[in-house]
Amino acid sequence: MNDQNIVEIRVTSPPTSDPILRTEHLGRVVKDKILVEDATFEVRTSEVLAIVGPSGSGKSSLLRLLNRLDEPTSGTVYVEGTDYRQITPRDLRRKLGMVNQRPFLFPGTVEQNLQFGPQQRGESLPPDAIEQLLTRVGLIGYASRNVANLSGGEAQRVSVARTLANSPLVLLLDEPTSALDEASKLEVESSIQRIVHDQGMTCVLVTHDTAQAARLSEQALLLEGGRIVRAGPIQEVLHA
Amino acid sequence: MLKFFFSNQLYLGLAQAFITALVATLVVLLARKRGIHLESETLIAMLRGIVQIVAVGSILLLLLSAPRWTSGLLLAAMMIAAGSISGRRAKGIPDAFRVSAFSIAFGAGSVIALMTWLGVIDTAITSLVPVGSMLIANSMNTNGLALNRFRADVLAHVGEIETALALGAEARNSVAPYVQASFEASLIPAIDSLRSLGIVWIPGLMAGMLLSGARPVYAAIYQFVVLAMIFAASGLTSLVSTLLIRDRIFTPAQQLSLQPGR
Repeated sequence: MNDQNIVEIRVTSPPTSDPILRTEHLGRVVKDKILVEDATFEVRTSEVLAIVGPSGSGKSSLLRLLNRLDEPTSGTVYVEGTDYRQITPRDLRRKLGMVNQRPFLFPGTVEQNLQFGPQQRGESLPPDAIEQLLTRVGLIGYASRNVANLSGGEAQRVSVARTLANSPLVLLLDEPTSALDEASKLEVESSIQRIVHDQGMTCVLVTHDTAQAARLSEQALLLEGGRIVRAGPIQEVLHA
Repeated sequence: MLKFFFSNQLYLGLAQAFITALVATLVVLLARKRGIHLESETLIAMLRGIVQIVAVGSILLLLLSAPRWTSGLLLAAMMIAAGSISGRRAKGIPDAFRVSAFSIAFGAGSVIALMTWLGVIDTAITSLVPVGSMLIANSMNTNGLALNRFRADVLAHVGEIETALALGAEARNSVAPYVQASFEASLIPAIDSLRSLGIVWIPGLMAGMLLSGARPVYAAIYQFVVLAMIFAASGLTSLVSTLLIRDRIFTPAQQLSLQPGR
């Protein structure tokens, strides 16, 4: 997609209700291979939407389109009613914070990792804000620890806190526990539970683990071959 | 020993080339025993090398009586060829040839121009072309190393780069560690050449000057001058190429376009 395309996108009127995130006919085709096709859905404030489906069904591809790490070949995404091509990629990615399957922490301390996002816009988090973020993920007192010495579950929770440091509107979680052992998986899941349920964070969760989807979310999309084949309340989607 | 069999200098040269090519082939065969296949690449490189250097030698012979400005044309052609060769090290990165040719022209070209203007390089074709070609060739190698390292680092760190992008980093900031690493790595040969000068090796230019009767101290100093120019040209080339190439791996929407398998 070039600059001209970005300028030519027409912004439609925001819907009357206020979904925080809305996609319209979103799709991506690469070399004739359909990764995502005609995905239309919305996410409301404080809602947790799970995207489930078998491996290769396009779950992660869809999440990457939401964060605009990949460019849609059709359709678009509205963030608080604004076409996301009207938002600079940096602002968009700050608003739609993403946590990957692997944490990819930067070398250094936990605090340095948490400061990364704010530093990109010339800001710095005070020590009490750092502690607050670490409290949210159950890692009180970890600020000065070197990330090289963290367990897999701790690293993933630092990754979640690092994304929260940008104060995102929506948290995009891409299989956040699939690379972890059972104990670490439970630690991370309980941190996510605290963030989404107790603190009301809006969240889109990609997972192949339907039990996890049922524990964490209220709404779900079932993807197959890049298409949404079912959508609605989680229990209906999983047990239809 | 070869001189015993060949009194004609041309035949002697060809025999020497044959013997050295044979030794190089033996190395390739040894590598093959270890499962490393360099046969076709080395054979083509050696054939190209001999044909090209003989062609340039013939052109230099013709240019001895040509006006001085023709050396500028020759050096410009060398820069374009150098850009084409080292640009291939950045497979999958758009504009690699243009970035390479521009960087080499900027790095080697500006050092050649400055040093010629200051009188460090003589304006005679027989001096300007060989010394200039040394700077261009070394800039080409440095550029190839820098692009190759940058490409490999980016492909090995896609996760880290996209994580930085996802956290709101500017595209160029997300690859800053790899730009720096490729710049530093590309200059290792030039730095080591300077560091080991006289201790580990006596470079060809100095050996040539000594053979042609120059005073050893002047030959030694001029060799240092050439290596310092090579370092300057290489450093400038790598600096420019790594800065230019980092923007080529992102789309206008700051998406990483250089991805494994794409």
